Amino acid sequence: MRSVIVRKAIKLVSSALIMSGILFSYVATGTEKEVATLRDTTKIAEQKEPNIIPKVINKDIRQGRNYPMQPPVIPHTIRSYEVNQYNNKCMSCHSRQLTEESQAPMVSVTHYMNRDGNFLAEISPRRYFCNQCHVPQLDAKPLVGNTFIDMHSLMKQKTSQDNQE
Amino acid sequence: MTINRREFIKANAIAAAAVVAGISVPASASNLITSSELTKLKWDKAPCRFCGTGCGVNVGVMDGKIVATHGDIKSPVNKGLNCVKGYFLSKILYGKDRLTTPLLRMTNGEYNKNGDFTPVSWEKAFDVMEEKAKTTLKEKGPTAVGMFGSGQWTVQEGYAAVKLMKAGFRTNNIDPNARHCMASAVGGFMRTFGIDEPMGCYDDIEATDAMVLWGSNMAEMHPILWTRVTDRRLSAPHVKVALLSTFEHRSFDLADNGMIFTPQTDLAILNFIAHYIISTGRVNQDFVKKHTNFRLGETDIGYGLRPEHPLEQKAKNNGKTAGGSVPIKFEEYAKFVSTYTVEYASKLSGVPESNLIALAELYADPKTKVISFWTMGFNQHTRGVWANNLVYNIHLLTGKISTPGNSPFSLTGQPSACGTAREVGTFSHRLPADLVVANPKHRAIAEKIWQLPEGTVPSERGYHAVEQNRKLKDGELNFYWVQCNNNMQAAANTMEEALPGYRNPNNFIVVSDPYPTVTAQAADLILPTAMWVEKEGVYGNAERRTQAWHQMVEAPKGAKSDLWQLVEFSKRFKVEEVWPEELIAKQASVRGKSLFEILYKNDSVGKFSLDEVSDDQLNDEAREFGFYIQKGLFEEYAAFGRGHGHDLAPYDMYHEERGLRWPVVNGKETLWRYKEGSDPYAKKGSGWDFYGKPDGRAVIFALPYEPAAEEPDEEYDLWLSTGRVLEHWHSGSMTQRVPELYKAMPDALVYMHPDDAKARNMRRGDLVKLISRRGEVQTRVETRGRNKPPVGLVFMPWFDASRLVNKVTFDATDPLSKQTDYKKCAIKIVKV
Repeated sequence: MRSVIVRKAIKLVSSALIMSGILFSYVATGTEKEVATLRDTTKIAEQKEPNIIPKVINKDIRQGRNYPMQPPVIPHTIRSYEVNQYNNKCMSCHSRQLTEESQAPMVSVTHYMNRDGNFLAEISPRRYFCNQCHVPQLDAKPLVGNTFIDMHSLMKQKTSQDNQE
Repeated sequence: MTINRREFIKANAIAAAAVVAGISVPASASNLITSSELTKLKWDKAPCRFCGTGCGVNVGVMDGKIVATHGDIKSPVNKGLNCVKGYFLSKILYGKDRLTTPLLRMTNGEYNKNGDFTPVSWEKAFDVMEEKAKTTLKEKGPTAVGMFGSGQWTVQEGYAAVKLMKAGFRTNNIDPNARHCMASAVGGFMRTFGIDEPMGCYDDIEATDAMVLWGSNMAEMHPILWTRVTDRRLSAPHVKVALLSTFEHRSFDLADNGMIFTPQTDLAILNFIAHYIISTGRVNQDFVKKHTNFRLGETDIGYGLRPEHPLEQKAKNNGKTAGGSVPIKFEEYAKFVSTYTVEYASKLSGVPESNLIALAELYADPKTKVISFWTMGFNQHTRGVWANNLVYNIHLLTGKISTPGNSPFSLTGQPSACGTAREVGTFSHRLPADLVVANPKHRAIAEKIWQLPEGTVPSERGYHAVEQNRKLKDGELNFYWVQCNNNMQAAANTMEEALPGYRNPNNFIVVSDPYPTVTAQAADLILPTAMWVEKEGVYGNAERRTQAWHQMVEAPKGAKSDLWQLVEFSKRFKVEEVWPEELIAKQASVRGKSLFEILYKNDSVGKFSLDEVSDDQLNDEAREFGFYIQKGLFEEYAAFGRGHGHDLAPYDMYHEERGLRWPVVNGKETLWRYKEGSDPYAKKGSGWDFYGKPDGRAVIFALPYEPAAEEPDEEYDLWLSTGRVLEHWHSGSMTQRVPELYKAMPDALVYMHPDDAKARNMRRGDLVKLISRRGEVQTRVETRGRNKPPVGLVFMPWFDASRLVNKVTFDATDPLSKQTDYKKCAIKIVKV
């Protein structure tokens, strides 16, 4: 059992390294006949058949953040969640009072601050509509990769360089 | 992959041990890096790249890469908040397909309109561009040369482009994509007030008692302003939010009075409110007497289509008289609006009478301070200028204007639609600071500031956005440069106008963009472009706030900013090649010079030396051209407005401040214009002074309801409305490349009422075709989700490059503003 987990963990680490290697070495080739990558190779006058509507990823597994200030994405469906003047369904799990029961993460402390940075006794109304920052993820494969580098990867690179010198 | 916490910790420890065994790591190594040298981020401020709200963003850089962004706590606009797009700004630069080399359509090493895109050097790209531009100028003259720019250009880029086109090439064929976005707002401001842009500011939100959203879906399109609206509504329970739209959307979650109206009938509702104010005796008589005039506007003005279109043949006043008006008395105005009774407005709009009265009461009640917000609902409207005029009417009748909390507030769509498109005047009829090319005095001002001979700037207005595509198709516009926008995806009626225009064999199309967009795909030459904080710039937001930023990272090697492209290209033209001898003879000092020397490297734009750019500050353009070009352009541009109600602060101040709202007089910004005491331009003793008009009075216009250009009939039986979404910026060229945003909203679906779907034997997820008289597009049906259209109307957003909804839309425009109505056309939907 233990060795299986170790293998999984090592595999994850090494595949992450390979991934970032690919990202670093990417050079635009630029010789495609049709350049609009978000359209695949479809001519403007034509259209590729639209794929089916992807399902919401509903596994409740938290996703890592790209940087500490990034609002976490929602790892579950929010279909028929009401968030309006009268009701905020999200807070029935994520509010401070209810996280013990729900075991959901509590909203960040910043959410209790008003425009002037003072803490309120309840979520600030300016943070009331959760879905302005937090979005669920659909099970769709991005059309184009992204070469954004996590600051942690940059620091790690530097520490390993330092160690080799 | 379900392991519990303890297993995870154990696994981590073993993995770490394995790594340690493999590589020799000092004994002190920890799983946390704590060295301040390594963990330090370099932070700097910038306005957000996306909407017109103009949030302040802090950008964190490490090793030349953006690694984080977050809302600027010091920005008065957003006080530390960003929307989901804003929080992912750090990833928009890093789409894997960033362009890094010019791409030219070639066959066997030569340019060929039907060739394949082939990487070429900048030198070669500019060689071909130069040859095409010079040939066009020689054979057809300046009117065959044109440019399509952007409300996302920096102020300096827009200003450099205006100079290159209007003074350099002597053509007014330059227009921004803001024509699709804000032109009706500009028309409304100029007609009612004689000066562009909102009188109030965002501070109105915290001071008001009621907010009315006219068509605007702020929850998605101005999310951070929406947080301020929400904050006000929920923290001050007496505050009311009323909302009008042609379909139910997210902003309805906060509405006290949500109203769905039949498209186009907003005109009737606005007139009803005016009638209600008058008939219930709540006109602010003192204000109206002192500060307003009444005028009756021309009607039956057509729909801005090609002249041969039957609707234009039928219209009586679609010529130059369309914007005409005659003075009338208050009594005549009162009689004019008296036909718009609550019964009539309700019957036309489908909104219950009680809701209309509750809405009208917010304006009529003298004790209620009220803000009206609108964006594309009014502006993208074949009577868009009218709609803008009519909403000002109800604020003017009640005197609810230019005081904290009383504010007719036209929101802008783009980050610098105000700053670059409107204030700089990158329109085919404009010059900086509200000046227009048709006015000889205005041209003289421009020529004086630009140190150019009289007669340099042509007097004929150029081709506006929609006309540009028509003229490309007709072969009258032949050299065309598109920067900082994606008009092949954004312009209406793709298949009949835009695409045949770009692919017309007589035309040479250049597209500058960071990414290979749909527009790039339709181009002949693609120029790889630097974006956002890869360059220094200035944006102006919807509340007149001018904000500057520094270059923070290098652009990918090979990509160059729009500014560099414009200025570098200007070096290739000797004045003798572009100006007639008579003009040159008027000012011999220009003889033999290049446009670069005449327009940019002169004693005005070129007067700030590189010494003003500190050594540790990135600024690729300044270093390449040898002077602080961004400052030079800004300061010369600012000369247009200083002392004329458009005062800007000294350039350097904007690098220190979190933006300033113009007019900035004696270092002080202006929150409420036209009000004595808060606006230094309002005359003493006036109370209010609408100084954009010669008599200081704003105009209340009598304008009727007129039907839309195209309405559903038996065959095309549904209204189609298009628009944006929260997760994507405009055409999605940046945000669709951010995996988290893509996965939040990957595809543009058609939102339909379940009964409409059922009547067509359709279910959620079905593959369908939207068909109009102009084209068709396929997508899938969505019957639930955030948008809930009424029976008879569907909504499909336009961000999706793979599902081009503008193949279906109609290029009918407001004849006054030339802005397209993207909110109304007739379609049918069939199953595929």
